[in-house]
This record gives sequence, C-alpha cells and structure tokens, in this order.
Amino acid sequence: MPKITIDSIEVEVVQGTTIMDAARQIDPHTAPPAMCYHSGLNGSGGKCRTCLVKVVQTSETNPRPMPKLVPACRTLVEDGMKVENNSSPEVISARKGIVELLLINHPLDCPVCDQAGECDLQNLTFQHGAETTRYTEDRRRYPTKSLGNLIQLHMNRCILCFRCVYAADQLTDGRDHGVLNRGDASEIGTYIEKSIDNDFSGNLIDVCPVGALTDKTFRFKSRVWFTKPVYAHRQCETCCGKGVLWLKGHEVLRITGRRNAVGEVTEFICNTCRFESKSLHHWEVEGPAPIDQRSVISQNHYTS
Amino acid sequence: MVKLLLDGIEDPSIRYLNGYRAHGGYQSIEKAITMSPLDIVEEVKKSGLRGRGGAGFSTGMKWSFLDRKSDKPRYLVCNADESEPGTFKDRYLMEKIPHRLIEGMIVSSYALGVRHAFIYVRGELIWVAKHLEHAVGEAYSAGYLGNHILGSNFSLDLTIHVGAGAYICGEESALLESLEGKRGYPRIKPPFPAVSGLYGCPTVINNVESIAAVPWIVTHGGDAYSKIGVDKSTGTKLISASGHINRPGVYEIELGLPVEEFIYSESYCGGIKNGRALKAVIAGGSSVPILPAELILKTASGQPRLMTYESLNDGGFTSGTMLGSGGFIVMDDTTCIVRNTWNLARFYHHESCGQCSPCREGTGWMEKILHRIEHGHGTQADIDLLVDVSKKIEGNTICALGDAAAWPVASAVRHFRHEFEFHVRHPDQVTAPNHVANAAAYKYEEITHAKNND
Repeated sequence: MPKITIDSIEVEVVQGTTIMDAARQIDPHTAPPAMCYHSGLNGSGGKCRTCLVKVVQTSETNPRPMPKLVPACRTLVEDGMKVENNSSPEVISARKGIVELLLINHPLDCPVCDQAGECDLQNLTFQHGAETTRYTEDRRRYPTKSLGNLIQLHMNRCILCFRCVYAADQLTDGRDHGVLNRGDASEIGTYIEKSIDNDFSGNLIDVCPVGALTDKTFRFKSRVWFTKPVYAHRQCETCCGKGVLWLKGHEVLRITGRRNAVGEVTEFICNTCRFESKSLHHWEVEGPAPIDQRSVISQNHYTS
Repeated sequence: MVKLLLDGIEDPSIRYLNGYRAHGGYQSIEKAITMSPLDIVEEVKKSGLRGRGGAGFSTGMKWSFLDRKSDKPRYLVCNADESEPGTFKDRYLMEKIPHRLIEGMIVSSYALGVRHAFIYVRGELIWVAKHLEHAVGEAYSAGYLGNHILGSNFSLDLTIHVGAGAYICGEESALLESLEGKRGYPRIKPPFPAVSGLYGCPTVINNVESIAAVPWIVTHGGDAYSKIGVDKSTGTKLISASGHINRPGVYEIELGLPVEEFIYSESYCGGIKNGRALKAVIAGGSSVPILPAELILKTASGQPRLMTYESLNDGGFTSGTMLGSGGFIVMDDTTCIVRNTWNLARFYHHESCGQCSPCREGTGWMEKILHRIEHGHGTQADIDLLVDVSKKIEGNTICALGDAAAWPVASAVRHFRHEFEFHVRHPDQVTAPNHVANAAAYKYEEITHAKNND
C-alpha cells in the first residue's frame, strides 16, 4: 500500500486513493477544501481549484516535484509522494486567489440566503478570504427562473461546481437541467423553463455547496442555526429512509440527507422522505445529529 | 530556401490528386508500407520534429507514449482547429495542398497502428473542410484510403469532422470531448490521451503542420530532416506573418532564421509598413508574451534572436517569449499596447469555457480592468491589480487557456508599463478611438518604468 506524506504527516492508503481522500483520512478539518468535489458523485472535482496542493516529491522512484499545483481531489497518490497543503505559502496564496475569484461575481447576500450557516463557500471565505473586495464592477446577474415548486434556483449565487449536474445524471432517471452558455456567462438552467421533478431531485439541493439551489418548502422559514438537527429513519421503498430532521420545537421544518465530517451527503434520500414526510410521526428519531463544533449550528443557543 | 510543406504551392493544380502526384505526392506511403511501424516512429524521433501547434513537444516522443499494449483500438486525431489569433498557417496548407495532410495522416496512422483517423476542422473553416473532403474522396478512389491500401494489409478510414467554432476545442482533450459529441470542456489530466483519449482509447493528437511534415521525413529519412534547422529546433516552420508589415502572409522558414532578417528581408515580411519604427512583436500567436523591439531583435544578453524554440525562449518570461504556433504579429510605433492587450483579453474572456473558476472569473475581470484603463478610467492601483489577477490565473487552471490569457497581459505590463501609466495619468489624451501613446511623454514615462519594474 502506498505511503504518502502530507504536511509531514505520513499515512498509508490503498492504491487508487486521491490526495484529497488521503488528507481526509489524516484529519477532515485540515484536508484541502472542496467546493466541486463530492466523493459520492463520479467524475466530480477538479473544477473549482480550491483544493490545489503542492507535490514536492512525485513518488519514491521519481523524486522530482510536479511543475504546477495539482488538484488534490483528482490526483492519485503514489508511493513516497510528499505533498504540502497548509504548510506551503504558495498553496495558501493560490487558494486565497481562488476564493477572491469565486467571490467577485457572488452577490454576498448571506444575510438573506437560506444556505448561510451551512454554506461551504461561507466557510471557505471565513478561512481563506480577504476582508474586502478589489472588484469594483457590477456583479453578474441573472433573471430568476423557476425550477418547479420544490427547488429554488438563485443563479447569482452559483459557483458552477457542476455537482448538481453530476447528481442529476447519476441519481435521477433523467436529467432536465445542465450548464448553458460558456465562460462567465455560464448558467445552470433547463433551457426551456421546466420544473425539475423526479424522485431524487431533492438531492440537488443537498449537493449544492452554496445557496444557489435551496429548498422551496423551507425557504425563509428559519435560519438553520435556530433549528435542531436530529437523526431519524423511516421505512421507505425508494430510498434508504435515513435522514436528518431539522426541528424547531416539535415542528419538522425540513429534512435533508445525512452528511459526513466534510459536509458531503453520504446517503441520498427520495423526495417522499424529504418533502412529504414533514411530521414527527413519519419518523423514528435516533438522536441528535453530530454537528461540527465550529459550525454555527452547534452554537444552538436558541433551541430548547 | 527549403520548402518541405509548401513545396509546389505555386501550382494551383496541387490541390487535386493528379497535380499533387505530379509533384511527387503519395510516394511516402509506398515506402512506408515496406517499413515496420516502429521504424517509422524511430525515424520521426530521429528527425527531432517538434509539435507545431504551440507547445513544441517532440512528436516522436508523443508517439512513443501511445499505449500499444492495450487491446482497445487506437486513434489518430489531427488538430485542425486552428483558432489562435494571428495564426493561419494550417488553414493555408489545408486549403492549398490538402493531400499533404492526408498523406501525412496515412503514413502516421500506419506508424501508430491506427485503423480510423480523424481530422477535426475548425467550424469557421467550412470551405477548407470541403476541400479536405473532396481530397479524401480522391484518395479513397485512388486506393490510398480504405481497405488494403496499395495491396497491403494496412487499412485506414479517414473522417473529416467540423467543429462548431470554439477556441477551447483546440485544446486536445476538449477537442476529443467535442469529437465524441459532448460539450467542449477540457478533461482533467491525467489520464493523458496517449492512454485514454477518444472514446477512452489510446489516442495521438497532432497539429496539421506536424502531420504534414511526416511524409517528407519518411521519404528522405529522419537524419536528413534533423540537418535542417539548428540544434533542437529542426526542420522548417510555417510562420503566419501579420500586422504592420509590407508583405503579410504564410512563410515557410528554416528554423534558425534571425528574427531581424525575417522582419526586414524582402523575401519575408519586407520591413515595417510606411517605413515606421518597430514597436513590439507577438512572436507565436496571441497567447505568447509580447516583446518590445529591442528584446525581439536581440536577447537580453545581446545575442541576435533566432526563429527557434530555444532562442525565442531565451530569458524565460522575463525577457523572452515562445515560438508557439508561429503567429507572428508585428506592431509599429502607432500601436496602442493597452488597446491591443484589452483586445486580446476580450478574446480570452469570450472563449473561456467556464469549467474551472480561475479562468472563468479571472479572464472577465482582466478584461474589465483593461477596458477601464484603455478608456481613461483606470487608476495606478489597477495596473498592479491586473498583474495580480493574471498571477492568480496562471498555472491554476485545468487547461492552458488560463495561462494563455494571463501571459499576454502580464508581459504587456512588464514591458510596456509606461504606456499603462500614461493611460492612467492622461485620461484626456487616450479617450480618442485612434489615440497613440504620446511620444514626448514616452521618454518621461520610460524612467518610471525602469524604476518600478525592478
């Protein structure tokens, strides 16, 4: 099994592991950030470039460094590979640059965005962003388009990670949406306005790292940190039936899939569980959902 | 003057099979089928032929990387998606002598063990694709394509595919995606096309000019080819000369020709138009760094600059540039470098595919900053911001388009900072659409340039 050293910590991983997964095995919190990579979706990753790392030694047999920074999520480990992640000023500076570029056309409307509090971009900016912007032009704006009565699309907030495209390709039985246009005019859309409506479409909301795709049934109901997440399961014929209920008192405000330590959905749930079972009597509650200590949700001072 | 690629171009009938054969065409196939495929690869390696599309990677090396152990079919794809601004050599070659490319495709396919080869033609060059299709038809009926070529065991089908006209599809993996019928997004490498390319099969992708050079190498031998040119820059290169010169056009030069001779000689560019002074040159297509007159004629160490991969790259990106695809754009002293850079940035902004974030967002930002400076709304801080944004893009993207967008901007500021500062300080003088950089201010600004750039 190949041994890889990341920031002078050695770890042994199975052949075919990416640098990202190796780093997550060491510690999910110090692993490179990922906006577009989602381990549950084939082919995702490599696009947002926030996970760029420096390979100072390619392998035991080839001690040369790689000429450019490489995306950790799409680069496979080799035996004897030495990687610098948080210890390299070059990586930190590149990451800072990527965050700045991701934000120049982002509306930064966190105060009115439903994703605030569980937004990957917000966390990334908190960690690597600058305190102010150097971008003085008008930000890119898109007219609002409807994707049906379950999913709300805010194209202005989208960072074009392509996760929802992969999710729709791999989870649902027919993809209705995709990326239209080219360059910075790219947008997520259905081309001819049409509602995205099939059994697993709700997962597009879960895989979206920002507030571009949000749950219409939860919209403006509550800030996420005012709700209390609990694990629950139910008998479901179409999916695993394991979800997270976001409670306010005894009221179920929304239901999402379960996430791992790095915020990736581990088991996808169907729309019946997500949208049509919003009552405690549909579910068997297991207990509180583990929430990262540093997340604003765990500061949960407001729930009983 | 040696002419290998454009040999016989003065005869219009060379466009057709009979004319081409009268000039000695298709002889290399007869020789090739008596040789073993690996010997041909060896000859190409020996010739020192380097990829003519821009990167200058050894063609023979590229061929030897092809995964021959795989039981999947192998493909050869010719990249005829020539869309680099300032480059029009492939179009010229395919338009005038389409059979030279087809002959090259047949010989290369034989060497690589390919059964089905493709030529991906840029969407805007639809008439060129028609010429090629006609020529492919002629080659089929003459028995150079199809089953059992010239009675041998070697069979080959050649398909002309026309893209929809996107700069990004000139990037090899985006080209493959496009050829497969998908969106032209570059793939994330590795795996490289030599292992997993078209339809997941081992694939070699070469530029038109590289493939068109192969028949000559097979006929005359790799050693003969390597004797042309200097050192590691062997053979001839097509240069598309454009801009403020007396004789713009496509020239076939022997690598090693001094740049000064190329610009001023009557047999090439014929000097600067109207006898004006040379200001700057983009030596290898729009994405290579721009160089001022004093650095393009002589290297920083005072050596005369030659048209070779090494000499043009002398001094790295501080005082050098690249041979690239051979799009030689000459600018005289009436050219506004800021406007020119803005125009290039506008192109890259428009052509960025939008897949990875640094390029998608950065190209647009650079264009906006340059627009601001050019139209007299810029500030001193904008110039540094511009360099900073270009550094954030460079090297951090999936494909080379990000680098291609960043290099011209970074080099323009590096070598012509005084002109950017002139635009910032004298907005009243730069708002006219046909303004030029003020000659009196030039001297004054030049001092600040030297001071700021150290």
